[in-house]
Formats: sequence, structure tokens, C-alpha cells
Amino acid sequence: MKQPVYIDNNATTQIAPEVTEAILPYLTEHWGNPSSMHNFGGQVKRALDTAREQVAALIGAEHPNEIIFTSCGSESDNMAIRGAVDAMGGHPHLITTRVEHAAVLGPCHYLEDKGFRLTTLEVDRKGNLDLDVVREKSMSGKKTVASIMWANNETGVIFPIAEIADIIKEGGGVFHTDAVQIAGKLPISVKDIPVDMLSISGHKLHAPKGIGALYVQRGTKVTPHIMGGHQERGRRAGTENVPYIVGLGKACELARERMEKDVVHERKLRDRLEEGILATCKGAQVNGDPSNRLPNTTNISFEYVEGEAILLMMDDQGICASTGSACASGSLEPSHVLRAMDVPRSSLHGSIRFSLSRYNTEEDIDTVLEKLPVIINRLRELSPFADD
Amino acid sequence: MWEYTDKVTDHFKNPRNVGAVENPDGDGLAGSLACGDALRLTFRLNEEKKIAEAKFQTFGCASAIASSSALTEMLIGKTVEEAEEITNADIIAYLGELPKQKVHCSVMGREALEAAIYNYRTGKKLDKHIDGEVICHCFGATDKEIEKITREQKLATAEDVTHACKAGGGCGQCIPEIEEIINRVIGEEQAEEEPKPKLTQLQKIKLIEETIDRQVRPILRRDNGDLELHDVDGDKVIVKFIGACVSCPVSAVTLKDVVETQLREAVSQNIIVEAV
Ligand code: FES
Repeated sequence: MKQPVYIDNNATTQIAPEVTEAILPYLTEHWGNPSSMHNFGGQVKRALDTAREQVAALIGAEHPNEIIFTSCGSESDNMAIRGAVDAMGGHPHLITTRVEHAAVLGPCHYLEDKGFRLTTLEVDRKGNLDLDVVREKSMSGKKTVASIMWANNETGVIFPIAEIADIIKEGGGVFHTDAVQIAGKLPISVKDIPVDMLSISGHKLHAPKGIGALYVQRGTKVTPHIMGGHQERGRRAGTENVPYIVGLGKACELARERMEKDVVHERKLRDRLEEGILATCKGAQVNGDPSNRLPNTTNISFEYVEGEAILLMMDDQGICASTGSACASGSLEPSHVLRAMDVPRSSLHGSIRFSLSRYNTEEDIDTVLEKLPVIINRLRELSPFADD
Repeated sequence: MWEYTDKVTDHFKNPRNVGAVENPDGDGLAGSLACGDALRLTFRLNEEKKIAEAKFQTFGCASAIASSSALTEMLIGKTVEEAEEITNADIIAYLGELPKQKVHCSVMGREALEAAIYNYRTGKKLDKHIDGEVICHCFGATDKEIEKITREQKLATAEDVTHACKAGGGCGQCIPEIEEIINRVIGEEQAEEEPKPKLTQLQKIKLIEETIDRQVRPILRRDNGDLELHDVDGDKVIVKFIGACVSCPVSAVTLKDVVETQLREAVSQNIIVEAV
């Protein structure tokens, strides 16, 4: 089968061949339990330590033991939020934003239903937060647990996490950031800013699905949500998923080595793609602050056409992307992120997210720029609104 | 991704009868930009008063495009009277199947057809001026529309309503109100079907408890209030407010407007509710 043009890397990424190679020995030869006393397990333990160092290095954590391996980014988010609230005791005030991933909004709303006060911050039309509001809310007089993403998965918009972390810490709160989309794409360093917890996910940076990590800064109190053995220093029980942890470590190392090159490569392709689409497709517009976003992401709305229809027609041409449109997902609701940004109704239903990786090529962009305008044209011809 | 039948995929990829008929005899529009779905249907009759040409323009997803295309195929060759008989279920049957969440696309087809026939008969545009009160702001659905669709399609849950007309599929804020409409419709239909049987005292108490649980509590809980059933004496029901309701200045109104009304509807017209 011919490989499709895959430009949906914020959904998931291809596993890097180097990562697969690193994993294999831990599926075949080295299958010992890292908790065992014997040397057969001990070897495996050393592989875990290496992976922990590799992950710590990618996000600039000072101590490798600040990294807790989890099963995915969602688990990391859940553990951070619920674990911090639990450890804090009393009734902390939760702060989040309207544009978070469901893995953050889910636990926040769950806690709200349990009677916790939740503030959900609005964003402006470009998808940016108002820092004055963040300050005002975080000084509410109550202890706070804030969870605010670093980069948005749909638009790529980046929040000023250093400043936000400062504000939250000034108010005496605990601060978690979901860094799933930025980790591996742009340099981040948790030792330079007062982030207490940070989530990452393996499959967004060329490791397999089913592995994630949570950075927990020394001294931060968080109740484990899987209790049992003493693995991960008692902060997450369960025998470690060694092969995938090794894979995540390798993926982090690769990302660090290649980041500078990848950023340039992805940004160049993305900009060409974006300019090409805006020039050839009628009614196209970019959603989200163009000067302040991930180098690999662009979210484009097409006026008067609907996202699922675009997506299916692209799929037919071997192009894989995503839509924040209502009709393609189980719910009918257009993307909560674009709605929070007040994207006009005429464009809201026809938004497509293109997200690139180091493996995309000039030819991929050529293909999209050749096929997409035809698709948009065709759908606009079908639409009763397009000519006015 | 949705599972679509081959027929849906075919009509989506190769839509039949795209565009607008010139000088149409009937011209109708359903849906709107806000909903993310809209369909304009036009047709022209021949001398035998049969539909010779039918065309569509659709802004919508694959199912919406396929439903519109199917509808035009079904229309051609029919008289207006025959066309009028086409239901949304017929459109779905023609396509084989539609995912439940996409049934509203076929409903839109039926609505556009109604609008086009109205236009043919009266020469006027079926201006769907807003009738009733807008309940679902995300999709601009009014209480009357929701009530109508609930009745016609015998819907039982808010989810059913969402599948049929999208209302409630957005932020979800309107779901309690949609549920109220459904409960009202179901209640009215039951009332029509069978006059309320005479209840024994024990049955009455049970029904009162059930009604409080199902219909009263959720309303009070929305504002952090609640109540308990304290006693039942003949037709007199004595309740005890708890939570926010205790200190609520309008709890007397709640007692009559919410609790008593609901119990009268569900149990008996003679119920009188008092609070301790
Ligand atoms: S108001 Fe009905 S879904 Fe938002």
C-alpha cells in the first residue's frame, strides 16, 4: 500500500526507526523486572535510569527522579490535577482554560461536580490568554491548583508559561502544564521557570502510544492515583512498561539532538503549505496567533464548506489531516477551541488542522497544494452560500 | 471516522443533480450556516405535472451531501403529491443506513422538500420565522421545533433529540430544558392514552417518591438545593427543603411552581404540597 501523506502529527506520530530499534532488545533479551534484586533485573533497571535521564534532559529537569513514567499524557494530566488537589487537602480553587485538552478539562469538571470551585479562563480571538485575568483569579485568597497548557493541540498557539507560572506561584498555588504538544518540538526548560508539574506523551514525539511521563518538581505534593508497589518511588505503582519507557527515552534524546534542524524544516514546510493554501483556496483563513505558535501546526478554516467533507475527500486522495469540525467526531459540537476563540460561524464548521513532523517532505506539501484547492472548489460549488 | 454504507459514499463522492434549477417551480432552503448544515432544493415540473428536474446545493458533511443527492434522485419522476409523501426515513432507507448521529441530515432533506413544495404552492418562501422560544442557542432550535420533532419521531431522550435535529449537541446547556420538553410530551401522551388509574395510598406514595426523584430533584439540584419527602396525608404532600433551598427567599414559589405542578401532573390534580 502506498503510504499516505500524513500531516496529522498532533494526533499521533510515526515511531522513529531508532526508537523501534532501542525497544526491541527489551522485548526479546532483557525482560527482567527492574524491581528484582538479581542482576538480570538490575540491567533493566539501568535502562530505566537512562530513559529517565533522557526525558529529564529534554525538558530541562534538574533531577531525573523528578520524572514519573505513566501510561500516557492523559494519565499524566489526571494524576497531576487530582493528585495535587488531593494532596493539598481542603477545597482548593481550580484554574484552567477553555481551550485545554479533554484530559485536563475532564478531571477539572469532575472535581467541579464534586463541589470544588473551578475558574475556566477565556481566550481572545487569536487564542491568547489575558494575564491580568490570570493574576486576578489566582489571587482569590484560596489555595489554587492551576493547569494551563503550554501549546494548544488544535491551533499550536503557545501560552507564556514562564509568566503564568510566576503569577500562580506568587499567589501560592500549585502549577501544572500540559506540555504534550510542545515537548520535543520547541526547547523547554522546567528548571528555569516555576512549573511544579508537566505532562508529556510518547506518541506525540515519535515514541509508541501507551507511554507518557509526568515531571513533578522536588517538594511538590501529589497523591498517587495508582497505589500499590514502590515503583517510581511510590508515586505510581505498577511494574514499569520497560520497553516503551526505553523507547520514550530514546525519542526524547532524538528530539533534543534534532530539534534545531526539525524546527527549521517543519516551519519551512508549514509556511509553504499555509501560504499555498491561502493563495489558492477561496475563503481560507488561519486560526490562532500566527506569530506565536508551534512551528509544525496550522489550523485553517474554509468558509462555507464543512470539515468532514473536506477530510473525506482528502483521505480519498491519500492525505491524512484532522478537522475540528462537528460532524466528523461523535459529538456535533464544533471544536471547543475554535469556539472559545469566537471563530465566525461561517468558518467554524470547515476547519482543518495540518500538523507536520520531521518526516514530512517537500513532495508531501506539493501533493496537498495540488489536491486541496480542487477539493475546496468542488465543495464550494456544492454549497448554497459560496457565491455570496 | 464514521462507517458509511457504499451508497452513502457513492452519493457523497459522485453527487447527482448538483446546482440550482433555472426558473424553478419550487425552491426551498433548510438549515443554516450556524448549524453547519444547510440545503437548498429546487425543482421544475413537466407538462404531466411530474418533477422533471430536481437539484440541490448543500453546505454540510458527507451525510448531508449524500442525503441531498439521494433526495433529488427520489424526487425525479414523481408528482408533487407523491413527493410530499417522502419522509426522512425513506431517505435513509434509500441510502441503506446513516449513523444515528447523522439522522438530522436526512431530516434536513425532508425540511427542504417541505419548503420547496410550500414555495411551489404559494409562490412564497417558507420563511421559518422563529416560532417559539429559542432553547438551544448553539443550533438555534426553539421549544416548538423540539416539541414537534419529539412528538413526530417519538423521541425519549435528549440524545435522541440531538440526533434528530442537533439541538443539545453543542455546549449542552440546553439539555435540561430539552428533557423538560420530552417529559412534558411523554406525560401528555400518556395522559391521552390512559386516564390516570385510581391509586391506592401506597401506590400514590411510591409515585410521589419517583416523581420527586426523577423530575423535581434534578431541577433543585441545579441550584444546589434539594428536598425530602416528609409525609403524605391523603392528597397533602409534606416535604422538607434541604441545601440551598432552605435559605432561598423564593422557595415558596418553587414549592408551588415546581414541586406541586410536577406532582399534580404525574400523580393527581388534587395534590397539595406544603413544606415543614
Ligand atoms: S445551547 Fe443547546 S447545545 Fe448549546
